[in-house]
Amino acid sequence: MTSLLQARRLSRAAYGAMWSLPLPVWLAGFFLGPMVLLIWLSFWDVKNFLLTPDFQLENWQKILTAGYFWSAYARTAAIAASAAALATLVALPCALAISFFLSPRARMVLLGLFVVPFFTSYLVRIYSWQIYLTENGIVMKLMAAIGIETGSLLNTPLALMIGLVTLTLPLVIVIQSISLLSLDRTLIDAAYNLGCGPRRVLFATVLPAARPGIVLGALFAFIFSFGDFVTATYLGGGKFTTLSILIADTVKSGQQWPRAAVVALMMIATLLLTALASIAYAYRRT
Amino acid sequence: MAKNNLTRRGLLKTSAMAAGALAIPMIARAQSVTEMTMLAWYGQAEPDAVAEFEELHNVKITPKYYVGGEQMLALLAQSPAGTYDLIHADAEYVQQLVRANFVEKLDPADYPFDDFYPEFHKFPGHWHDDELYAVISRFGFLGISHNLDAVSVKEAMSYDMLWDAKHHDKVGHFDWHLPNLGVLSLRNGNAQPYDISGGAWDKLQETTLSLKPQVRGFYDYGGVLSSLKSGEVTVMPGIGEWITGVLRRDGANVTTTIPEQGGIQFTESFSIGRGSRKAELARKFIQHASSPAGQYNLANLNVFPAIIPSQAGWERMIAEKPEDARHLGMFKGDGNAIDLIRKGRIHIRQLPVQQDLGDWNDFWSAYKSA
Repeated sequence: MTSLLQARRLSRAAYGAMWSLPLPVWLAGFFLGPMVLLIWLSFWDVKNFLLTPDFQLENWQKILTAGYFWSAYARTAAIAASAAALATLVALPCALAISFFLSPRARMVLLGLFVVPFFTSYLVRIYSWQIYLTENGIVMKLMAAIGIETGSLLNTPLALMIGLVTLTLPLVIVIQSISLLSLDRTLIDAAYNLGCGPRRVLFATVLPAARPGIVLGALFAFIFSFGDFVTATYLGGGKFTTLSILIADTVKSGQQWPRAAVVALMMIATLLLTALASIAYAYRRT
Repeated sequence: MAKNNLTRRGLLKTSAMAAGALAIPMIARAQSVTEMTMLAWYGQAEPDAVAEFEELHNVKITPKYYVGGEQMLALLAQSPAGTYDLIHADAEYVQQLVRANFVEKLDPADYPFDDFYPEFHKFPGHWHDDELYAVISRFGFLGISHNLDAVSVKEAMSYDMLWDAKHHDKVGHFDWHLPNLGVLSLRNGNAQPYDISGGAWDKLQETTLSLKPQVRGFYDYGGVLSSLKSGEVTVMPGIGEWITGVLRRDGANVTTTIPEQGGIQFTESFSIGRGSRKAELARKFIQHASSPAGQYNLANLNVFPAIIPSQAGWERMIAEKPEDARHLGMFKGDGNAIDLIRKGRIHIRQLPVQQDLGDWNDFWSAYKSA
């Protein structure tokens, strides 16, 4: 009898292990492994355009003392933070409407539509924005038709924001909507019963309760914008050097993969810290 | 009711015979067609460049494209000898190919140098210790490329126009430091734009940084084409007919002017890869590319047009494509491409002599980030 119970327990443990296994395997193979390789690579040397295993600190010293690295770092952080804030602000009314004012059917259709942009290549979407924003492009002609003369909007901060919001907005709306839809509606009823007006219900009840979703949406927008290369290159014209552009330049010039690894590791460290801080804030007890 | 006589064994046998019969032409073709590999700048091994040779010699050229000489060197460094039969490279990188032992020596007698203009009989970058390692295929000049609706040829005769207030936010850069810093070095009066002292290098950095407020953007090949065509930028230093020639085919009103301070020459060439097992075929390819017919073809490649060193090729261009020949500088008389070289207005693009290439790279990153 005891051995039968033991066998059952063992079988249950094996069954549990089978389902648990993919996660550590995936993490080890696709995150920890490449991360260790990246850290190791950052100490290598490049001799005659060939990567040479080594252990030298020169790559770290070179990048961390380069003024252009820190200006690109500050610019990238500022652009990503602006894009995250903009996407969050634009997404919030949409998510509120989807969650509270639409019928379940209309809600499903609209949320489905927000997934549709992911069916198209992001690069193609950015190229099509070029047609709108370029010199004598559609936007410039429309503005001229109503008597407003504008120059080309390409390679401007506005173009950068348009590109990054194109990338992040659908995801932010979906995350915010899921968060708002899972909100306990009795809290809202209670707030109304206690005499709160719509504005107070929104700011004192709905938004605080939906904080995890709003913060996580902004975090994802920040992460995507921080590492984006396409918008900075094709809508920013390479004029606003971001860390992704710096990585591409570093590899292009002299095949400096180890220095590019240093830049990449700095980006990863920044994103990890940002993610940890955001999650701590999102789930902080008030 | 008809009896079905098709047994499983019969079906398998018939299928095998049919598959074999279908495969025979492919097998026969695969046996007769020789494959040759070419490491080349993008677009240089497309059908318009190689189809004629492929047909003549029953060969299939498989390209591996690169963007930038340093990427080419890295690809070679990471591949075993013999990986690439043909190497298409810019002159400034041929010396590095030789030093790294990536290319075979060539016999000058194999190639029609007599037909080439004398300037290319012993082109400096292609020879090392009096031995030939690369044969020039075509070349071009880099100066100021501009939209003629916004900038006249007269105006573009000086690099100083780049700082003109009316071109604020209308200056574009091809995103590569060598041609840009080369022409700005000429603007600073350096007779040897890439062989400059520490003081001249400091001055060049200062000059370049002062241009940044005028700059609209930094572009790759596609971006250069679209920004000049759309009018997003009206003027670009350090590029040439390799861009404006392509745009003109598409109806754009653009050209390239070599300012009085001078221009930079880029030079393409072919070499045979070290350890190639198709060296004889590669030699035939270079001979074909150097022949008048091959040269005429190379002048008109779809990827971009360029000047050719063959005098017979010039004659044919002038006779058959006079307008393209004129824009490229292949015409008789004063001011043609060879005349500009002879007058000393053209300087060969090369790697920095007194500074490390890394210093120029780092400065370019700093400039973009400024």
